Amino acid sequence: MTSENASSVEITALGKYYNSFHALKNINLSIPAGKVTCLIGPSGSGKSTLLRCINFLEEYQEGAVEIDGQVIGLESVGGRKMSARRLREMRRSIGMVFQQFNLWPHMTAQQNVAEALVQVQGLSKAEAARKAAAALQKVGLGDKTESFPNRLSGGQQQRVAIARAVAMEPKLMLFDEPTSALDPELVGEVLTVIKDLASEGMTMVIVTHEMGFAAHVADQVAFLEAGELVSCAPPAEIFRNPSDARIKAFLETYHARNQF
Amino acid sequence: MFSWSTIVENLPYLLQATRFTLLVSGLGMGLGLVMGIVLCVARLSPIRWISRIAALYVSFFRGVPLLVQLLLAYYFLPSVGIDIPPLWAAVCSIGLCAAAYIAEILRGALIAVPHGQAEAAAALGMHPFTIWKRILIPQALKISMPSLVNELIMLVKVSSLVSAVGIVELTRMSQSISAATFRPLEIYIAAAAIYLVINLALAGLGQALEKRLDY
Ligand SMILES: Nc1ncnc2c1ncn2[C@@H]1O[C@H](COP(=O)(O)OP(=O)(O)OP(=O)(O)O)[C@@H](O)[C@H]1O
Ligand SMILES: [Mg+2]
Repeated sequence: MTSENASSVEITALGKYYNSFHALKNINLSIPAGKVTCLIGPSGSGKSTLLRCINFLEEYQEGAVEIDGQVIGLESVGGRKMSARRLREMRRSIGMVFQQFNLWPHMTAQQNVAEALVQVQGLSKAEAARKAAAALQKVGLGDKTESFPNRLSGGQQQRVAIARAVAMEPKLMLFDEPTSALDPELVGEVLTVIKDLASEGMTMVIVTHEMGFAAHVADQVAFLEAGELVSCAPPAEIFRNPSDARIKAFLETYHARNQF
Repeated sequence: MFSWSTIVENLPYLLQATRFTLLVSGLGMGLGLVMGIVLCVARLSPIRWISRIAALYVSFFRGVPLLVQLLLAYYFLPSVGIDIPPLWAAVCSIGLCAAAYIAEILRGALIAVPHGQAEAAAALGMHPFTIWKRILIPQALKISMPSLVNELIMLVKVSSLVSAVGIVELTRMSQSISAATFRPLEIYIAAAAIYLVINLALAGLGQALEKRLDY
C-alpha cells in the first residue's frame, strides 16, 4: 500500500490512558495511502487523542500505530520508546495542522513556513525562502509573505499553517478541527485549500465537525464514541445508512443543531 | 551657597568613575542574561536533578545579600588560589546574582507561551534545542522585556555595592570628592543626576526595543 509520496497508516489494538482514564480503547483502523479519512464523533470521544497518537504527540500504552510498516514512537510493537532522533525523522514526513493554528507570532508568514525547511531539512535560507513563498502562493497568500500572524485573519492564519506543513512535502497530513476556531464566513477558504490538497493524492486524516465537508471529501469516515471506534465506512454509508444507533443519534443532534 | 563650580570642576572625575558603573552593570547584565537563559532552561528540564540544581542556585543567589556575595567572592576566591582582579570578581558576582532573577523572570514568561507553540515545532521534527532557541526563548524575551529593563536599571543602582571590594565607581568617587571638598550636597546631587540620566536612557532604550520587537 505504500506509494511514492503518500504513506499508509495501520492502527492496531491501540490503547491510550490519561493516568487511569481510558481515552482510547482497542482501536483498529486502516488508513490507506493517498486517501482521505475523516474522524467524527461527539466532543470528548477521543478524536484528537487518536490523531495525536499518529505522530506520537500523545504516547500510547497498548497496541501500535504503524506508518508504512514502521511503528511510531516505539522500537517495536509493545517495545521500548524509540530514540528521540528516530521519532524526529519519522515526524518529518507527517504534517500537522492544529485547531488554534499555532503559528509562531514572532515570525512573518514566510518565516513561519521557512523555519523548519532550514532547521529540519537543512535548506539554505535563500532556498527555504523561495520554497516558502511558493507554498504560500499555493494557498492563495502570495501577497502576505511579509505579514505577521496577528495581522492576518483566522482563515489566512490557518492557510499559513497548512503551507508550513505542506512545504515539508509530507506523505501524511493530520488535521485537528482545522476550521473550528474560524468565523463561519472564513471556513470555506480553508476547506477549499484542504480539498485541493486531497486531490493531489496525499494521505490525509481530518478530525472535523463539518459533516458536509466530510461527506464530500472523505474516502472513509471513522466514527468514535467514548474512546471506541464504532464504525469506519465510506461516507455514503455513515451519513445515509448508519448501521449503529450511536451514529444515528449523533447525526440527528448535528442536524438539529444546524437546522436554522 | 550652592556651588556650581564644585560640580563643574569635579564632573570629569565623576564621569570617569561612571565608566565603571556602566562597565560593571553592563557586563553583569550580559553575563546574567546568558546564565539566566541557561538556568531557566535547566530549571524547566524534565530531568529532576538538573532542575533541582538550578532551583538551588536560584535560592542561594536570591537569598544572600549581594554585598555578602561580593565580599565572599573577594575573600574566598584568592583563598583557594584563584587570583582574579577585583573588577572581574565584581562583574561575576553581579552577573551570577542577576542570573537568578533573570531566570525567574524568563520562567514566568515561558509559562505564558502557549504549549501549542512548541508542539507545532515538534510535529515538524524540530530538535528540542532548536525549539528553545528559535521558538520559545525569543517569545519569552519579548514578553519579559519590561522586567528585563527593570532588572538592568536595578543593576546600575546596585553596582554602587562593588565599591566594597575597592572599585571606584560613581558612588565611591562621590564619597571621596565630598570628603575632599566638603561639598557633599553638590556632589551627591550631581551623582544622582548621572544615575537618573543613565536610567532614563535605559528605560527609553527599552521602550524603543519593545516597539521594535512588536509584531
Ligand atoms: N491531557 C489530558 N489529560 C487528561 N485527560 C485528557 C487529556 N486530553 C484529553 N483528555 C480526555 O480524553 C478524552 C478525549 O479527548 P479528546 O480531546 O481526544 O476528545 P475529542 O474527541 O477531540 O473532543 P473535541 O471534539 O471536544 O475536540 C476526553 O474525555 C478528555 O477529557
Ligand atoms: Mg479535539
